[in-house]
This record gives sequence, structure tokens and C-alpha cells, in this order.
Amino acid sequence: MSKGQEGQEAPDFTLPAADGTRVTLRSFRGKPVILAFYPADWSPVCGDQMTLYNEVLPEFERYGAQLLGISVDGVWCHRAFTKDRRLKFPLLADFEPKGDVARRYDVYRSADGTTERSLFVIDAAGIIRWRYVSPIDVNPGADGILNALESLTDARLPA
Amino acid sequence: MSRHAQETRLIEPVSERDHVIGPADAPLTLVEYGDYQCPYCGRAFPIVQALRKRMGARLRFVFRNLPLTQIHEHAEHAAEVAEAAGAQGRFWPMHDLLFQRQFALDDASLLEYAAELKLDVERVTRELADGTHRERVRHDFLTGVKSGANGTPTFFINGFRHDGSFELEALLAALEQAEGAGHGVSR
Repeated sequence: MSKGQEGQEAPDFTLPAADGTRVTLRSFRGKPVILAFYPADWSPVCGDQMTLYNEVLPEFERYGAQLLGISVDGVWCHRAFTKDRRLKFPLLADFEPKGDVARRYDVYRSADGTTERSLFVIDAAGIIRWRYVSPIDVNPGADGILNALESLTDARLPA
Repeated sequence: MSRHAQETRLIEPVSERDHVIGPADAPLTLVEYGDYQCPYCGRAFPIVQALRKRMGARLRFVFRNLPLTQIHEHAEHAAEVAEAAGAQGRFWPMHDLLFQRQFALDDASLLEYAAELKLDVERVTRELADGTHRERVRHDFLTGVKSGANGTPTFFINGFRHDGSFELEALLAALEQAEGAGHGVSR
């Protein structure tokens, strides 16, 4: 059976973040979570994608949502990237075992050793409500995420 | 189910609130979401000028703000100054000047440009301090993001996001293809 699909419970995980802490998905129960898997720090498209999400953060926060970026890069790489792009949300390192979390969401690209450029919106109860796999070289923007958050209207905070 | 073609269409049609160059009945409309401090937008600026020259009355060009304020410290004020110039009927001269002077976009420089364009500098200063045009810039930003703008610059051709390169030949080819597709897709 394919994993990480819409309507299924989001597979739980704990991963190290750029700031040295460890982040557990389950700890965000009660609020929506956006998982943004991307192939690598520093590649030009990713830079744009994470930079854009950084800029859209206040909109995500209007829905009470937590954004988590995930790639197979290590924490030191994430730390440098976070600093350079002034990112205000956590980047998680799916580094050891490599791509383990991505595999659990069925978005690992074995041929490249990276993850798909893919987005998940998980509701407050931990259920995947939206899943999108973008062509690897196309930055998917934030419109799909905002639409998915909008459709979780019961999770919406007063503006 | 996991790979659906995502429709990336402009959600906010071009209207009289926009900054527009070119005839309203042009068969082609190119909307740019841009940031005055973004180097890629700086590179796109002469390309758009060349496009407009090449296509003449067949092209209508619209510029909307998508400032990436977390990485570009002057982008927000630059956008607001362009809008302040617009409030005095001089949007495009300021727009052009900002891209030509991308190397200096601090507040003092922005006000110098306002003086250079013979604007009411006191009014620009006041509007910048009061954030008079902040909401307009934010509105642009949000319509861009909700339409699928995915970085700067993002171009929309007749309402559809252009995912290819923004080099002259690539944009020209995409515009000509859209024109060939006829008026059916025109918005």
C-alpha cells in the first residue's frame, strides 16, 4: 500500500533541526503542519522556494500552521543555509538513515539520493489532507498550501 | 492522485488599479511580479523593455509588487516609493529609475530619486513614514502568492504562469505561442 497519502495518518518522525534541537511531528498535534520536502539546500530553485515560504510565514500563521522544511542535507548545511536566507522556520535533516522520513511519505528519489519536491498539509488531528508532488525543477509556490489551509476552515484562527 | 497538474492562474485580473503600459485591447498581457532589490528582476528589466519594443501594440505590460523583505532590506520601501510616485502620476519613471539604480535603494537614495523626478518629496517622505502604500504592496504580494508566484520575478502570460526562462528569446517564444493560441485564453 502506498504511504503518506491523503486521508491517511501522517507518519510520525523525530529529526534534528538546524538549531540543534530535535523536532517531533506529533508534538504539533492541535495545529496544522506544512511539510515541505525539497531536494537540497543551495540549489537555486530551492533557495527561491524556501525564501518565498519565509516571506509567506505570516499568512501560514494566520491559520495557526507550523511550517517544516525537510531535505537530506545535514544540520551544519541547514544551519548555513538558514543563516544565509534568514529563514524563520525549522529545516530538518533527513540525513541518517538517509531519506528515511521521505521514504515513509513515499517521496524519496532513490536514483538521485534526494527527496521529491513535495508538499503535505496535515490537519490538527495528524491526518494528511493535501499532498502535492511538483516536477523536480518547478518551484510549486505557496498557493496550493494556502488553499489547503483554507479548506481546513475549522482550524482557522480569527484574523 | 499525488501528481495532479497544478493550475497556476492569475487570480486577480488586470484592472484600473494596476500600473499598465500598452493598449487595453492588446492580444497579449504580460504581468510581472517583481522586487526592486532582486538581482534577477534587475536582469529582467531590460529584457521586458526589449520585449515591449519588439511587440509594440500587441503587448500590454503590468507590474505588481512581490518584495522579498526578509532577504532584501530595501525592497519594501522601494516598492512603496514606486507606489508613492504612482500616486503623483509618475509610477513608470520611478519604476525604471529604481531598476537602473538598484545599487542604491536606501531611504535617502529613494528620496533623492523622488526629487530627481520632480515629485512632491515632502509628500513621498510622509507617505513612506506613514506606510500609506504598505497595504497596496501587501495586496500585490498576496495576489501573487495566491496565484502561484514562486519567486522573483514571476511572469504571467495571458493569466498563466510562465515557468520557463525569462531570457528575451524564451519570453518572446512563449508570448508568440500564447498569441497563436488565440483570444480564447485571453483574460
